[in-house]
Amino acid sequence: MDIDNANQTAVNRLMEARPILKGVAPAKDVIPGMKDNLFLHAGPPIEWARMSGPLKGAIIGAMLFEGVAASEAEATAMAERGEVEFDSCHHHGAVGPMAGVTSASMKVYVVENVEHGNKSFSNLNEGYGKVLRYGAYSDDVLKKLHWMNDVLGVALADALAASNGIDLRALMSEALHMGDEGHNRNKAGSLLYLKLIAPLIAKTMKDNAVMSEVLQFLGDNALSVLNPVMAACKAMTDAAHGVEGSTIVTTMARNGTDFGIRVSGLGEKQWFTAPAEIPVGLFFSGYSQADANPDIGDSAITETAGIGGFAMATAPAIVTFVGGTPKDAMNATLEMYEITFAESKFFTMPSLDFRGTPTGIDIRKVVELGITPRINTGIAHKNAGVGQVGAGLVRPPLAIFEEALVAFAEKYQL
Amino acid sequence: MTVIKWNIRAGTYYDSVVLMQLQRGLLELNGVIDAGVVMATPANKDLLATNNLLPDAISANPDDLLIVVKANDDSSAENAINQVDELLTRRKSSSVSEDFRPRSLSAAVKQLLEANWVLISVPGRYAAGVAREALDLGKHVFLYSDNVSLEDEIALKKFAREKGLLVMGPDCGTAIINGIGLGFANRVRRGSIGVVGASGTGTQAVTAQIHNLGAGISHAIGTGGRDLKSDVGAITAHQALDALKRDDETKVIVLISKPPSPDVATSLISAAQNAGKPVVIYFIGYPPPARKIGNLHFAISLSEAAEMAIKIRDLRLETGTKSPVSSLYVRGLFSGGTLAYETMIGLQASLSPLFSNSPITNSQILSDPLHSRAHTIIDLGDEFFMVGRLHPMIDNDLRIRRMKQEAADPEVGMILFDVVLGEGSHLNPTGELVPAIRAIQASRKGIEFAAMVIGTDDDPQNLQLQVSALEEAGVKVFRTATEAVEYISLKFGASKKNEFTPINLEQLKRPLTAINVGLESFYESLISQGAQAVHVEWKPPAGGNEKMAALLARMKNKREN
Repeated sequence: MDIDNANQTAVNRLMEARPILKGVAPAKDVIPGMKDNLFLHAGPPIEWARMSGPLKGAIIGAMLFEGVAASEAEATAMAERGEVEFDSCHHHGAVGPMAGVTSASMKVYVVENVEHGNKSFSNLNEGYGKVLRYGAYSDDVLKKLHWMNDVLGVALADALAASNGIDLRALMSEALHMGDEGHNRNKAGSLLYLKLIAPLIAKTMKDNAVMSEVLQFLGDNALSVLNPVMAACKAMTDAAHGVEGSTIVTTMARNGTDFGIRVSGLGEKQWFTAPAEIPVGLFFSGYSQADANPDIGDSAITETAGIGGFAMATAPAIVTFVGGTPKDAMNATLEMYEITFAESKFFTMPSLDFRGTPTGIDIRKVVELGITPRINTGIAHKNAGVGQVGAGLVRPPLAIFEEALVAFAEKYQL
Repeated sequence: MTVIKWNIRAGTYYDSVVLMQLQRGLLELNGVIDAGVVMATPANKDLLATNNLLPDAISANPDDLLIVVKANDDSSAENAINQVDELLTRRKSSSVSEDFRPRSLSAAVKQLLEANWVLISVPGRYAAGVAREALDLGKHVFLYSDNVSLEDEIALKKFAREKGLLVMGPDCGTAIINGIGLGFANRVRRGSIGVVGASGTGTQAVTAQIHNLGAGISHAIGTGGRDLKSDVGAITAHQALDALKRDDETKVIVLISKPPSPDVATSLISAAQNAGKPVVIYFIGYPPPARKIGNLHFAISLSEAAEMAIKIRDLRLETGTKSPVSSLYVRGLFSGGTLAYETMIGLQASLSPLFSNSPITNSQILSDPLHSRAHTIIDLGDEFFMVGRLHPMIDNDLRIRRMKQEAADPEVGMILFDVVLGEGSHLNPTGELVPAIRAIQASRKGIEFAAMVIGTDDDPQNLQLQVSALEEAGVKVFRTATEAVEYISLKFGASKKNEFTPINLEQLKRPLTAINVGLESFYESLISQGAQAVHVEWKPPAGGNEKMAALLARMKNKREN
């Protein structure tokens, strides 16, 4: 067995994947295995009892949204009695930011990797403030979710149906040249998305007032593109999974309690987990490190695909999140080259003389050098419903890479 | 009453500069009397013991960080130990906006693509792995680390030789490449004297002296102290000699070593004979065969080596006068033990294999004195031949028989013998020897005879007559062993072509650009000399976790299959 060859194959599949945003549809119509009483969540699988505040809150909100429960108390009781099912988004080709909760009737983006044929899914981005993904489920939150499903979702679905799809790899490449790193900062990417989707919406929508509302919502939300980007990264990393003998990481995700990774050459549902760490960063006024929930969300899929914290060098504006200078941003990317197998062919950084972003985390290098991946992340309040309190940096626990290495050695009898 | 507290951090490696800063930080704390922060090597533990800082019953390995605090009371000691992390972080945060320091060689190479050297000074057990990686990346290696196994050294050097790369070391302290000192080196001006040094301080002494005498150094290439042992076979020294031989800027080469293995010395001296430029040799403690043999000059001290190098730097070398005939052997038939012995010492420097019935080393023993092998020097005055016979200085019969015997061997190219005149000796030795020689010459074309004639004008045999008789018979006559040794060495010294990939000189002559793995002070020294360099923030693989490191090593091996 030749690990380097296997890794080259896995990384090539990851880089050469061509994710195209093809449509928007209800989850149960498109996500494999989706059903009415199933609630998908971010990160590795977890049972109700161990879920953190924000995740529980988001599940309660989704149950209310679906009409499965009529109240918070009822939803909690049902969950405790095991009357609803939970599963990791990743087991269904899906990803979601923060709590990442996705339920049957929620509209989701459909991304197809036209190079390898696999599909991926992500819910729609709710914007800032009190939002389900941070565990909020007040009436306002639910009302917005319904508008997103019934108005925004329909508009996007019609618009995309009238097109050949949107090439997300090209969009991401361009956004990286415009100061985004594609995870915490998506200003440029969201505007590019608006630029591409607006003419399509104009072509298909009849009511100008509603169209204005939709375009306003997309334009005001600097995170609009985050969910399609995450789905694109998911399509890329899924294409890299299952390469026999490869030590490349294909998933990094957190559920607010555990941090989990999966490795290409190991099992489809084989997670290596350890307690998630609390992100360190800057806090919105009135909040402090003491309010922070342990790391949560599938958005680390961006780093897994070679952008986000790995592309810091191209997004000098966000270095203040980690309390540093542009040089620190440069150093962050240089550090990630230490643990990656390749440099991206398609995602390049002007500030590093158009060098490709560090791509394909190799568990061997992580363990050998003791350098864990850098992940740019939003910080959720530890209590359900409060929402985002800051943004910062987190790293997975080294132990899960060591465990993965041991499991790899056992599987391949090294 | 004072207390001692300690903390052992397994597998935690820090550069000594960091540890010294940490130690200083601890000493500044209230109530601390003394502190030691070291990697727990035996030497460091001894040092702590000397300062009464080594706690009894402590178990710490060389890869462990050992922190010991002596304080006035328990709480002060406790407090100091607790400050360690903060002191370490304080140092780190002060360097937040510094240039990125890679943690692996592969990342460093990408940062400094033009790097042609890698300096390695990590703990010995890791050094071979790092060196191997550097060679894989096509870089020359300066390996300062010691405690590298002999097997690793040989494997690394053979691999490097195949790729046309140098491994200076292990345990190489000194080198100067293109005017940039590596490791411990003096600041010396550039010039035309090249040095190959198997001794770090020896190289420093010679290069410094050359500078002080107004001359300069082209390159000084270190080899590590074990290179000239027969196990290693002077792989690096041969490569270095070959590089300096081809380097136009190098006009004279100085070769320095502690006593080398005799066989290795011989092969190096042979190679030096083919350098095409003067070579000054000083093998400390090794008997110099002569003061000068052709282009070789043998010094008797480090300072003399430097002086000689400068003096002969501009000598025009005679070349082409003697063409080596390495396929043929020389056989020496001596009547006197001391002359035979002096000739042996001289010839063993460049002829190999060399045998004798009165050998200098065990490997030279001629198992059957009646039959010569390869190059052979026979003392016919030895007891073995003397039973029931007259001494060969009186009776030429035995020697003439042996001459015929040697001449019958087609591999023999020269027969050397001595003619010792004076009281008591045969009254006309050449009267018997010359006819025998002429008879041999008649039947055996191309064989050469050489004689070492010892005597004075007043001797009864008539010195001039004896010499003329020999010369008329075409015998090459020498008056001293030294002359004979020089002549024979040049004629018979091995001149084999190098059997290795030559080092790319263009690469060697490029400005030195290096990656430093290990001691930060070596990096700082490179930068202060104006060299381009990148420092690798090295740590033991998997943070010293042996299980993980072993697993990784296996996974790397798998990669090579």
